Amino acid sequence: MVNDRQLEVLINDVYEYHGFDFGGYSRASLKRRVDRLIQLDGFPDFAVFLSKVRSDAAYFKHMVEEITVNVTEMFRDPHFYKILREEILPILATKPFIRFWHAGCATGEEVYSMAILLKEANLLHKSLLYATDINPLVLDTAKKGIFQLRMIKSYSENYMAMGGKNDFSQYYTANYGLAKFSEDLSEKMVFSLHNLVSDGSFNEFDIILCRNVLIYFDKDLQERALQLFDDSLSKLGYLALGTKETIKFSSMQDRYEQIHKEKIWKKIK
Amino acid sequence: MEENKIGFKVVIVGGSAGSLEVLMKVLPQLTLMSKFALVFVLHRKSAEDSTLEELIAMKTVIPVKQVEDKTPLLPGFIYVAPSDYHLLFETHHQLSLDTSEKVNYSRPSIDVSFESAAEVYGPQLTGILLSGANSDGTNGLKVIKQQGGTVVIQDPATAEMPFMPRTALENVTPDFVLGVEELLQFINNIK
Ligand SMILES: C[S@@+](CC[C@H](N)C(=O)[O-])C[C@H]1O[C@@H](n2cnc3c(N)ncnc32)[C@H](O)[C@@H]1O
Repeated sequence: MVNDRQLEVLINDVYEYHGFDFGGYSRASLKRRVDRLIQLDGFPDFAVFLSKVRSDAAYFKHMVEEITVNVTEMFRDPHFYKILREEILPILATKPFIRFWHAGCATGEEVYSMAILLKEANLLHKSLLYATDINPLVLDTAKKGIFQLRMIKSYSENYMAMGGKNDFSQYYTANYGLAKFSEDLSEKMVFSLHNLVSDGSFNEFDIILCRNVLIYFDKDLQERALQLFDDSLSKLGYLALGTKETIKFSSMQDRYEQIHKEKIWKKIK
Repeated sequence: MEENKIGFKVVIVGGSAGSLEVLMKVLPQLTLMSKFALVFVLHRKSAEDSTLEELIAMKTVIPVKQVEDKTPLLPGFIYVAPSDYHLLFETHHQLSLDTSEKVNYSRPSIDVSFESAAEVYGPQLTGILLSGANSDGTNGLKVIKQQGGTVVIQDPATAEMPFMPRTALENVTPDFVLGVEELLQFINNIK
């Protein structure tokens, strides 16, 4: 296992050689991911791994793809989507145009879930869903909208649990163990690389979803990311985080109002 | 490891099938403690249930803290790993959460929490492994042992599902093998 000192060396060298700053990442998770990668790729020791990371840009790219945690699902936490559908979308519906930002969208299941909600609320035609991630590989999958068919059963259970009334199978076509989601859904999606550590605000949004991304950041970086969201939200816009994430300790919390006990906050000032 | 900065002990109880029954017997008789934090990592349904926390809180006088990302870890409290996240330990007494792949078909995984805490708390950590039908926990106990921590395994003869403690016993030399009643005394005697 890599030790604390080696991890800091890696973080420093990655910044120096490639300009990526992982200094604000939670160490406990980062350490596990680095250990896993060293094992997966069969490096005899940390030194060999480190010199590969330093000198081989293609390998460094692979490292970024592997140390980020991209696990996701459709309608993750059905209750959250239920609240979105019943309480948030009706308010956003009054706008002529609705802008979404999914920050840290991974392979896109969250974005397709949202598109289904919007379609059913007859709002998709006037929505635009920006979806960003630091990992180019997951964005490629997201663009295609092709997911594992074996996951569909649990996705359709989640869909029903959040109050979905349609036949879930109408949204995809199944083929060779894969489910390809309909292009009607992806029409309003824009996928692009964006690093929450180093890239700035690029638009103004009515709702920003950043779920299960901040858990990988330490408190300082969380605060910076929240600031970026604050800068990118319109007044009365919404910020949605993962079920175990909070803005409670951040300096912006007094300008936001929590929706019930959900991880959704409304920007009130 | 920053041993000298760490002022308190951490006790993690890992369990799967049959472990809740043990806790229901032990929890009501636990006395308030000020020297260590007590963390439960139990396999649970991946629904968003807060019912396990509530159940535990109802059975003990020790206050139960809600675990969210970067929750501070403090002595004198109970913490329960939330469903569908691995529970990790940062330096400076902070918990963090992680949604990476399941380990041993489990999230939270006992191995993941044992290993992560062992890295930070070393000899100050005690890992207790209870009943279960899965082999989660064994690798974590090995790491706890390597880092100088204390390894406690429920006596498989007293476990509703002996597989988990038995697997651990076959692979790690424990400091203690305890029945339910002894386990209670062990925890109440941690200084
Ligand atoms: C666990 S996934 C969350 C997926 C989805 N939002 C959900 O909740 O199911 C975390 C994602 O955050 C991305 N990520 C990590 N660091 C990032 C950064 N600095 N900027 C943008 N995205 C990042 C990872 O690549 C990964 O795809």
